[in-house]
Amino acid sequence: MPHDDDLVFKALADPTRRALLDRLFERDGRTLTELESEIDMTRFGVMKHLRILEDAGLVASRRSGREKLHFLNPVPIRVIHDRWIDKYRERQVSALANLKTKLEETG
Amino acid sequence: MTTLTEQATQVYSLFIRATPEQIWDAITKPEFTAQYFYGSLVDSTFEPGEVFRSFSPDRSQLWVDGEILESEPPKRLQHTWRALYDEETAAEQHSRVTWEIERTDEGVSRLTVTHDQLEGAPKTATNVAGGWMYILSGLKTLLETGQPLQG
Repeated sequence: MPHDDDLVFKALADPTRRALLDRLFERDGRTLTELESEIDMTRFGVMKHLRILEDAGLVASRRSGREKLHFLNPVPIRVIHDRWIDKYRERQVSALANLKTKLEETG
Repeated sequence: MTTLTEQATQVYSLFIRATPEQIWDAITKPEFTAQYFYGSLVDSTFEPGEVFRSFSPDRSQLWVDGEILESEPPKRLQHTWRALYDEETAAEQHSRVTWEIERTDEGVSRLTVTHDQLEGAPKTATNVAGGWMYILSGLKTLLETGQPLQG
């Protein structure tokens, strides 16, 4: 799978990349030049970080004429969230089932 | 998400371990949408110019209406979108939804949903932002495990 959870966690494990996602959350569909002006870093540095975010699927890009627009794509985070929340739900359900069995045994 | 300003173009993308044909079916058949799209039943011939509609689970209410703009199974589907389940969104202009499915290697496809032309539908823009995430995550789970997301 080209975009697995490891890439998402790795992409999020950097304050500049999280700052880029925050900027996109505030306003989506931005060019590299716009993003670069808000981050204290060289154009090349911002480009590198954006590529890591794109590889992880956290940023989607669209061409609009000559410009490349970047969009926040939170779906991979949602997928991880759903996977873990579902696990907790199952555990909760089985814990309740176990408790019921225990109570019925002792009762 | 009170800080979220309405985005006139929203792009959502994810990889799904499924073929483009399976993903196309999941988007266009009500027995699938019922399992990940808030229980809704999609209803359309998916021919350009035809209506696009989505009904409540018991079919008593029309939740979404629109028109099919482009249809190229199993790669691309574009339709307009107006959400009728809310009075405010129902009064707004139609926006546009584009589904793009690309086969990548290893039996994995990338699905990209672009919801744009939301300039005349700010309430819809705010509403769907969280919705698409939930829907696409649910679609992935359904296709990869055969089971809908819980809850």
